Amino acid sequence: MTLIPPATTEGTAADAAPVVQVRDLHKSFGDNLVLRGIELDVTPGEVVCVIGPSGSGKSTLLRCVNQLESATSGNITVLGTEITDPDINIDAVRQHVGMVFQQFNLFTHQTVLENCTVAQRKVLGRSKAEATKVALHNLERVGLADRGSAHPTQLSGGQQQRVAIARALSMDPSIMLFDEPTSALDPELVGDVLSVMRDLAQQGMTMIVVTHEMAFAREVADRVVFMDGGVVVESGPPAQVIGDPQEPRTRAFLDRVLNPTHTDEGPAAA
Amino acid sequence: MTTPEAAPSTVAPRATVEARTRMSPRKRARISRGIQYGLLVVAVVVLAVSIDWGRVGDQIFNVEAAQDLFPKIPRAFLNTLMYTAAAFAVGLSLGTVLALMKLSSVGVYRWLATIYIEFFRGIPALLVVIAFAYAVPIALGVSISSLTLKAALALGMVSAAYIAETLRAGIEAVPRGQIEAARSLGMSHGRTLLTVVIPQAFRIVLPPMTNEIILLTKDTSLIYLMGLLPTQFDLTKIGRDALSSGSGGGLTGLFVAGIGYLCITIPLGLLARWLEKRTGKGSRS
Repeated sequence: MTLIPPATTEGTAADAAPVVQVRDLHKSFGDNLVLRGIELDVTPGEVVCVIGPSGSGKSTLLRCVNQLESATSGNITVLGTEITDPDINIDAVRQHVGMVFQQFNLFTHQTVLENCTVAQRKVLGRSKAEATKVALHNLERVGLADRGSAHPTQLSGGQQQRVAIARALSMDPSIMLFDEPTSALDPELVGDVLSVMRDLAQQGMTMIVVTHEMAFAREVADRVVFMDGGVVVESGPPAQVIGDPQEPRTRAFLDRVLNPTHTDEGPAAA
Repeated sequence: MTTPEAAPSTVAPRATVEARTRMSPRKRARISRGIQYGLLVVAVVVLAVSIDWGRVGDQIFNVEAAQDLFPKIPRAFLNTLMYTAAAFAVGLSLGTVLALMKLSSVGVYRWLATIYIEFFRGIPALLVVIAFAYAVPIALGVSISSLTLKAALALGMVSAAYIAETLRAGIEAVPRGQIEAARSLGMSHGRTLLTVVIPQAFRIVLPPMTNEIILLTKDTSLIYLMGLLPTQFDLTKIGRDALSSGSGGGLTGLFVAGIGYLCITIPLGLLARWLEKRTGKGSRS
């Protein structure tokens, strides 16, 4: 439960030790119980999409994984370190865990390039030249290598989010967390961000993605986790959870999401 | 604005359509504007007629008296600048400490900072200046010999109370997401404060901080109460001396002093606006 024995993982993809292991996670804000006993394993290279209605606790779960929220009880192990132990140095773990926020959260007083180099230099101790090289490489990956000198407010939402992805990637993370990365974007800008994330997944990045984009989850995810009311209701390959949901709550949610509005999301659930 | 023309329009809602069309909104606006210009002209004419220009020229804008005063101005101007700068240095340092105390997780620090701020914000700077000149030597048995230091401490302690509140508000106004982004990249709490929070807070507090410096500049006029040597005179003291010396020119000295303050405060305002513009490129959407 505490340290990861390399051979005896209880996850389904049994060939590698999980890089994220969540055990019996509870989280409450005051009297409001948001997470009620979450279990989650993520193996290296796996893409896990967390879906569910708003208020289901999926963002809170993601924020617990890098301790932006502290767990009320339970254990979370990330890259072999139990981060729920209050005595560990969380900063040392966070530099390996990239996070992308719904509201982008680019540093507004810095240029795009500075956004992508500041943590490399201050946290990883890289030289300015090296940090710039890494940053430009990652800006190129997201298609914005020519916007390094721009300020965040001069960019569209979609561009800002891609810079935020490049900023996180510049730390050479082992895991990337995405907290509803396209929810604050105009519909026509969603595609660019999703395609960057799709490339990232294909390159083997371990990703946990909280999203409302069912088409993306269906296509890119290795596993889909459906949450409701602070528990994992259903979890499995997308073809199973989205294509053939077993739980009534999953079915009701997917019905609401896929049918009445998002007709442009691709083929409806079979 | 109540005008004879506007009177019918106040009953217009109850009146017929005909009543409303008689006075169109555009026509009403034109009349209202005309009346405002008219009032202005009347006020200027009344003032111009009722002022005794001869005496004003003699007692307030006396060019000869101003010329006599002129050699003393540069020194006084520099003194005022120096007192302001020294007081601001004290105010900013102490204010930063107080702001951090107010944001501390230790309750005692927060209370101490609150008591300090409420106390010094609530009493006139005049009292503090007098206290530093007379009460501190009596109470502590020490007298500070440097006038600049005394002035800087007295005015700085008052200013620190205001600056602390400004800084605290500025730090708290930095969006939570900025801090979370920095922490998620592995920056420590202190590193986040230095790299993200303080640079952004600086931009937020720039306009209110400019106000603080301007207020402080004017408050330096109080330090004559500490007793000044001629070489230590500030702008206000020069003006007051000219007034009481009876050397002619009446209030001209005070007028000149006032111009001197404007020569400090107006460039300060322009500088702040320029800084704001320069740092504003990356302002929040």
